[in-house]
Amino acid sequence: MARATSPIHTRAAGFDRTLLLVLPAAMFMLLVFVYPFLHGLMLSFTPVEGGTLANYVKFFATDNLWTTIGTTLKLAMPATLINVGLAIPIAYQMRSKSPYQKWVTTILVVPITLGTVLIAEGMLTYFGPRGWLSQSLQFLHLYDGPIHLTHNYWGVLISLIISGFPFVFLLILSYITGIDPVLARAAATLGADPWQQFKQIYWPLLIPGIAMAFCLAFVQSFSVFPSAILLGAPQGPTRVISIAAYEAAFEQYDYSLASAIAMIMGFVQLIIVAFVLGMRKVFYRGPVSGGKG
Amino acid sequence: MKQDFSQLRLDQVTRRFAAAGGQTVAALDNMTLTVERGEFIALLGPSGCGKSTALNCIAGLLALSSGSIWLDDERIDMLPPEKRGFGMVFQNYALFPHMSVKRNIGFGLLMRGESGADIERKVDAVVRLVQLRGHEDKLPGQLSGGQQQRVAIARAIVIEPPLVLMDEPLSNLDAKLRLEMRAEIRRIHRDLGRTTIYVTHDQDEALSLADRIVVIKDGLVHQIAAPAEIYAQPANLDVARFMGYRNVLTLDVSAQGNGRAQLSGRGLSLQGTIKQPLGAKAAAAIRPEEFVVGDGPNGIDGKVENVEYSGRDSLLEVVTAAGLRLHVRSAVHPAVGAQVRLSVPPERVLVYPAEASP
Ligand SMILES: Nc1ncnc2c1ncn2[C@@H]1O[C@H](COP(=O)(O)OP(=O)(O)O)[C@@H](O)[C@H]1O
Ligand SMILES: [Mg+2]
Repeated sequence: MARATSPIHTRAAGFDRTLLLVLPAAMFMLLVFVYPFLHGLMLSFTPVEGGTLANYVKFFATDNLWTTIGTTLKLAMPATLINVGLAIPIAYQMRSKSPYQKWVTTILVVPITLGTVLIAEGMLTYFGPRGWLSQSLQFLHLYDGPIHLTHNYWGVLISLIISGFPFVFLLILSYITGIDPVLARAAATLGADPWQQFKQIYWPLLIPGIAMAFCLAFVQSFSVFPSAILLGAPQGPTRVISIAAYEAAFEQYDYSLASAIAMIMGFVQLIIVAFVLGMRKVFYRGPVSGGKG
Repeated sequence: MKQDFSQLRLDQVTRRFAAAGGQTVAALDNMTLTVERGEFIALLGPSGCGKSTALNCIAGLLALSSGSIWLDDERIDMLPPEKRGFGMVFQNYALFPHMSVKRNIGFGLLMRGESGADIERKVDAVVRLVQLRGHEDKLPGQLSGGQQQRVAIARAIVIEPPLVLMDEPLSNLDAKLRLEMRAEIRRIHRDLGRTTIYVTHDQDEALSLADRIVVIKDGLVHQIAAPAEIYAQPANLDVARFMGYRNVLTLDVSAQGNGRAQLSGRGLSLQGTIKQPLGAKAAAAIRPEEFVVGDGPNGIDGKVENVEYSGRDSLLEVVTAAGLRLHVRSAVHPAVGAQVRLSVPPERVLVYPAEASP
């Protein structure tokens, strides 16, 4: 049908003025995201001394810098895997609507609102050498030795699980409840027991969502900072990459090196995320309901 | 898992749901039914009457509140659906969106641990049966409604279940396709020689498909009979209404005897056939197509107020002097405003006790 009278379409072909509506959003992205990123990128290539790549060379040549990548991965990977691995079965159990589901989700939102610093303080009093856990175990004569769950690797890992789990759980729960339960019922009438219903129906339909939850949780854990200091051993086993960046920026006042570390940090995250999302393509992506109506 | 059975029995099957105010309502109330092997049974009733509830109870997707279900002499109502082995076609098809047509259809065979070659062969045969050749590798999202419907049927019958359950399988299709698929479902039932329980709210569908029809209303079974009997001899006024007796006239009983009742009131005098014991008031139920335009027994005079032309015949609205509005299907096409005389044979006027006025 010819719509020659429409004022919008009589303008030069190929330009739709409604596109202008994305301008504010584009400006916003440019100002708060793209510009700082480009600025940081440029900064990282203009070191205090040496050539363009001097910061990167320094990072990979300095022992207490390049090792932070491994240290951070050693925290972020297990924390993310544990969170996703725990969230899937629990969310699956709670997929049908019940008052019980509402209560658990409400309770789980609390750690999200608390923030990492408050969680860290709570953990210090609970898991510390003279904390409640240690005291009650001694009181019950279950375990008399000292408990080392703070100011080391385990303290940071536990805090990453506590602060990250609710987020992953709620995300995966929303993916699971988005899958039409009639599909599992159909599978049951065809002879699938509950395990097969999960394996054949829920699991393949969930993979894209799980990959997404994994990426978000991983990025969150990889940039761990407050709990690594408060609950960890920031000079040793929990010297994560964000601490290295912090020290470069605010102890050595070398913003250029700090920018380079931040770029490396972003690059490592990007590799992992790209890998996980790439894997997702191997599986089915599409609607999660079974037909019309 | 039963390979076959000679009788399926529902014994006082009841299913309650929690309703507002902490109370429970029976979506299905004391349903008792015996289905013989090879029968095609239709569960017929208006939306919300409990048809799907009944089907889900049989399939094992809903637990019973009370009652029992038997296959011959084995009680099955405690078995989970995967142990019953009935094929089910869902109203919205419930095809697995991530599996190709072939994998959807082969799913039940895979769950039964059949070998790849057997699955291939059986899927191939059933794809031919439901005329889906050439679509085997598509995803359900790439199929039309009618094709999805066929996949759903194929998936349910490929496991050769002793009993196939279908929940309004044609309700999402357009009118033409619905007629085609109706014939196909009947053909498939005949070819397999197994038992089918078919849920529908469409009386034409039930009449044309079923060997026996179970009419349900508000969770209660109102009548179980062959289509011809349900059509001609509805057990009560509810069934009559549902089976297309559009004219229901509440009149006084002036005389009765020998199975006949003489009714009068509102300027009419009608003779009809008694279907249930009567009190002082009765309801006469008449189908639009039972009226004859012209002189005859049970004459009624009226004026044509509306004509809905539909090809071979017309649907007339005739209003009597006392203001009674009658629906009449007629092969003659009188003009709007014409005076007509209607008649109807007494054996086609079904007389039931009048309902307590609301
Ligand atoms: N899960 C449920 N919870 C509460 N009420 C239900 C549930 N399922 C069905 N019902 C009620 O039971 C009645 C019968 O439903 P259903 O069997 O689905 O009717 P239909 O004959 O349309 O298939 C309806 O009134 C419906 O609201
Ligand atoms: Mg229904």
